[in-house]
Amino acid sequence: MTEVLGLYNYWVFAVVLALGLYTAAAAPNLVKKLMGLSIFQSAVFLLYITMDKVEGGTAPILRAGVGEQIYSNPLPQVLILTAIVVGISTLALGLAIVVRIKEEYGTIEEENIRDMDQS
Amino acid sequence: MILTVLGFLLLTLLVIVTGAIVRTANLFAAVVLLSLFSLLMAANFFLLDAADVALTEAAVGAGISTVLMLAALALTAETEKTASRLKWVAAGTVTALTLVLLYATLSIPRMGDPSAPVHQHVAPWYLQNTPHLIDIPNVVSAILASFRGYDTLGEVFVVFTAGIGVLFMLGMRRFPAGKRRIPPPQTLGLKHHLVPRTVGTFILPFIILFGLYVQFHGEHGPGGGFQAGAIMAAAFILYALLEGERRALDIVPPRVLMLLLASGAFLYGAVGVMCMLLGGNFLDYNVLAADPVAGQHLGIMLVELGVGVSVTGVLLSIYHAFAKREPA
Repeated sequence: MTEVLGLYNYWVFAVVLALGLYTAAAAPNLVKKLMGLSIFQSAVFLLYITMDKVEGGTAPILRAGVGEQIYSNPLPQVLILTAIVVGISTLALGLAIVVRIKEEYGTIEEENIRDMDQS
Repeated sequence: MILTVLGFLLLTLLVIVTGAIVRTANLFAAVVLLSLFSLLMAANFFLLDAADVALTEAAVGAGISTVLMLAALALTAETEKTASRLKWVAAGTVTALTLVLLYATLSIPRMGDPSAPVHQHVAPWYLQNTPHLIDIPNVVSAILASFRGYDTLGEVFVVFTAGIGVLFMLGMRRFPAGKRRIPPPQTLGLKHHLVPRTVGTFILPFIILFGLYVQFHGEHGPGGGFQAGAIMAAAFILYALLEGERRALDIVPPRVLMLLLASGAFLYGAVGVMCMLLGGNFLDYNVLAADPVAGQHLGIMLVELGVGVSVTGVLLSIYHAFAKREPA
């Protein structure tokens, strides 16, 4: 039981990562592709934050006079904290490109855009 | 134990929601589900002791990202036109990758194992030395702003660059003065909806107050510039949704947005240069005051302020760039 619970986060990471990657690769719609990338990215965040957990630990905010308190690892948290904000900025850049594509081509479906480029 | 079971349930829900996002052809539904996905993710982060990250994910993922996605949908399309067929090559590759990843998980340390390699490297050093080198309780803020200040400076410039990119792509033009009698619907806001408007107006000051608290209390509790920036931007976006673009841009005009966008990143860099002028290394806050620890406090406060201002400016400019554009 503990064996399964100890690995469940990683399995969820693998499945969510796969679903995100598949959407990014296979979805015909450009906005949907960006959603796939966003999910892919969140799966990686989950992997990092799962690694920071220490059994019996608490959030790494030090308190004086508590004695021997275990704290979870602060380093992955710092990496992911900044990555989330960078993620939204790059997602916005992607959406801006999609909006411009819609204005030029009149569609955001990958196949229609390809047909228009070839004709 | 109860928390472990709760985490198990939340993660299962996360997988179900992800599946629903992938399957639905209605992009509007997918955006709403993506917001739910972020909220579940934030709850999981909180259970995994990452309070700062949970706060950021809730504000950015469930809040601002949803609004940006909806703004983009308003300018493009709300449903997928071509039916999405199962693509065998992609599905096969992704399945193979998943199997490899699942196989790999069998030999990694179990979650929470204190002897895992990740907990043996520099992390114990940060936890032990933060009290006497920097003397702030939140180790996450200490690492973010001081120990690894270079990385954060880099991230702020990436956010800044992405913001500039969106503005180049979509522009930040003024409203055509007097050209249009009837304003387009997106400039009207929710004026005609009584309940959202009343509730929104009521909670708006509290959101701003909370944003300021998160900004300036970030050294002592969960919080800091990134979270505060996202919360402040969310507050102003809410105002724009309630009162319409025109009123919102009267209060924070594009000129001010540009200033915020640039001055935050500039403040961060300037603190680094100031340290050099005072004889230290770049971003070495010890030299900022007579006492090294007081210098660290001052440096972290200024740097976090720079981050907060820049993030607010970028996110708000991005929102306005989308919201002001008229559908093609």
